[in-house]
Amino acid sequence: MAGRGAAPAPLFAVLPAVLPAALFARVRAALFALALLPLARLVVLGAGPGLGANPVEFVTRSLGTWALVMLCVTLAVTPLRHLTGWAWLARLRRMAGLFCFFYASLHVAAYAVVDLRLDLHAIVSDIVKRPFITAGFAAFVLLVPLAATSNSAMVRRLGARNWQRLHRFVYPIAALAILHFWWHKAGKNDFGEPAVYALIVAVLLGARLLRWLAAR
Amino acid sequence: MLIRRPAAIFPSQITAAPVYRRRALLAAGGLAAALAAGAQTRGAPKLAARPGPYSTIEKPTPYQYVTGYCNFFEFGTEKDDPPRLAPKRLRLRPWSVVVDGEVRRGRTFDIEELLKLAPLEERVYRLRCVEGWSAVVPWIGYPLSELIRRVEPTGQAKYVEFTTLADPAQMPGLSSSVIQWPYREGLRLDEAMHPLTLLCFGLYGEVLPHQNGAPLRVVVPWKYGFKSAKSLVRIRLVERQPLNSWQQSAPHEYGFYANVNPNVDHARWSQATERRLGEDGLFARRRPTLMFNGYGEEVASLYAGMDLRKFF
Repeated sequence: MAGRGAAPAPLFAVLPAVLPAALFARVRAALFALALLPLARLVVLGAGPGLGANPVEFVTRSLGTWALVMLCVTLAVTPLRHLTGWAWLARLRRMAGLFCFFYASLHVAAYAVVDLRLDLHAIVSDIVKRPFITAGFAAFVLLVPLAATSNSAMVRRLGARNWQRLHRFVYPIAALAILHFWWHKAGKNDFGEPAVYALIVAVLLGARLLRWLAAR
Repeated sequence: MLIRRPAAIFPSQITAAPVYRRRALLAAGGLAAALAAGAQTRGAPKLAARPGPYSTIEKPTPYQYVTGYCNFFEFGTEKDDPPRLAPKRLRLRPWSVVVDGEVRRGRTFDIEELLKLAPLEERVYRLRCVEGWSAVVPWIGYPLSELIRRVEPTGQAKYVEFTTLADPAQMPGLSSSVIQWPYREGLRLDEAMHPLTLLCFGLYGEVLPHQNGAPLRVVVPWKYGFKSAKSLVRIRLVERQPLNSWQQSAPHEYGFYANVNPNVDHARWSQATERRLGEDGLFARRRPTLMFNGYGEEVASLYAGMDLRKFF
């Protein structure tokens, strides 16, 4: 704590910019476990009648929501790092991004495998005829190369510059994910929930834009 | 099709007693099985009814799903909004229904009078929602034709328009602009007079729960669920085809007829298959949707010569 008469400590000085390796490993393990809780919840609910009248719908929607949450978390890492000065946050971003891909994959599997039983005709006609599925499918397809190039070896192979270019695809992915959710709710004109996520994504992308403009 | 045949007179009068008892047992067995499977009712007032015709012998959907997974947008657009909000907010008495329009004896009916207008029957019908899920519900009511006959439609009466209560003080969902309130639905007069079309006051042996459209609704089992308007305050016989709320809201997605039809897709999804609430678990296959929801033998003739792709 700052002593009497000293300037107040910066708000984010509660944690240092660099964490000791042992502490960082523990923080990462805790966040890893935390990120698995949504899946654990579905497994526990599924063991009983907790998934309700329409289990497939419940599971599919829940997985989609958590994919979007993880996407927001991933996008929040960099602005949060700039805000707080916690350099160690950057080393959690890959995990957040991969959890986004993990929940997005389960979301797609719940739809394509569990609900439609890999009925390709039904899946293709959904992708063609239902704009909200077109948007969601595009977001997932764009997510695949990002997940595939997430490890350090791929960063080296692509070169930092190319890797960063490729991973800027996360911005159109975020826009498509919001559109997917927005159009899904359009039938009921019920935009409360997607509007919250749209606002969060807008703030996270806006923060980058402001920083970019300030740097010019 | 798994439907008992209709009869102009009570089935027990024309069917050999042992056969009838076996059939009644079959129907009651479905109910008993559903009750045993955890479909406890919640102790709403009982509503006595005799078994009616047309009941399916399929297993009724457990009570908690019939009453816990509801589309009743006047209380919100999530499935659990109506069961959460309607019991607290919706006042069921006093309640009256205006029956007017192209009729000779139009007037206002009190709900108590409507309950006694004709003998109540239990009818176990399939319900297919336009969203792709289905249920089997033991409704209680009598044919809507019983009421319509009593008000004596004129020669001008060609359609029936139903209006749901729209009271912002009781219905928080009315603040949403999803459709223009009040909720309105409609049927052709011959559809409304069809013996399958039920004026419904209860389910599972009890009065209708608030969230299922209490105190009275229509049930039109061969059409998508949104045609079966809830919490009725007006039934109006009219000359011109009424504009139902969903058609008004999204005319390319919802038509006037809305007959269950696996061959005509919704603008945004296929209608070929469905999931049965509470029965089709996480790893169950979707089941095929039946033409006219399986009531084709009874109602297909109403649409002879019509292009059902055009009149969707």
